[in-house]
Amino acid sequence: MMQLVLTVTAVVLSLAAGGAIIRIARGPSLLDRVLAADVLLAILGAALCIDMAVNRHLNNLMLLVAVSLIGFVGSVTVARFVADRREKPRES
Amino acid sequence: MNPETLSGDTVIDAVSAVFLVVGALMSLAAAVGLLRFPDLMTRMHAATKPQVLGLFLLLSALGLQMRTWWVWPVLVVAWIFQLLTVPVSAHMVGRAGYRTKHLHPELLSTDELEAVVQQAAGTRGFTDDDEVTDRR
Repeated sequence: MMQLVLTVTAVVLSLAAGGAIIRIARGPSLLDRVLAADVLLAILGAALCIDMAVNRHLNNLMLLVAVSLIGFVGSVTVARFVADRREKPRES
Repeated sequence: MNPETLSGDTVIDAVSAVFLVVGALMSLAAAVGLLRFPDLMTRMHAATKPQVLGLFLLLSALGLQMRTWWVWPVLVVAWIFQLLTVPVSAHMVGRAGYRTKHLHPELLSTDELEAVVQQAAGTRGFTDDDEVTDRR
C-alpha cells in the first residue's frame, strides 16, 4: 500500500511543482513569482515528508525544521524591495 | 505478533496513507489556484493550503509511520515554526502587493486599508503610491 501511496503522491507533487514553476515563469509580477517560489518550497517540504514517511527514516527531519524556520526570509526580503515598474497597473 | 496489533498497524497505515495523499493534494490545489486565480491576493489564498494544512497532514502521517513518541515534539516544532513564519511572509507580500496595486479592486468585497492609505497620503501631501510604499 505504501508503494501505491508513494506513486500517487509523486505524480500529484510533480503536477503541483509543474504548476508552480509555470507560474514562476509566467507570473506577471515579481510578487507572483515570489509566491510561487514559496509554494514550490512547500512542495519540496511535502516531498521530504512523504519520503520519510514511506521509507520510515528521519534523515530529512532537521532539514524540514530548518526549511519551515527560515523559508520565509526570501519572500520577506523580496517583498520589502518590490516596486511598481509596470507601465499600466492592474494588468495582473 | 497477535492479530490485534496487526490490525492496529493496518489501521495506522491506512490513516497515514490517507493523510499523505490528502496532504499531497493540498499542494496540487495550491498549484491549480496559482494558475487559475486572477490576481495576487487570491493566489496568496491558494498558496497557504500546502503551507499549513498540507504540512500538518504530512507531519502527522510521518509521526504515525515512525511509531515512536520522541519524534512528535520535533514535528510539532516544525509545524509551529511554519505557523509563526508563514504569516510574516504573507503579510509582507500582501502589503507590497496592495501598495503596488497588484489587485483587482472590483473583486474585493471590502477594502479597509484604502481609507488609511488615503489619509496617510493626504497628511503628507503625497498621492504617489511609491511614496506611500517608502513610508511603510
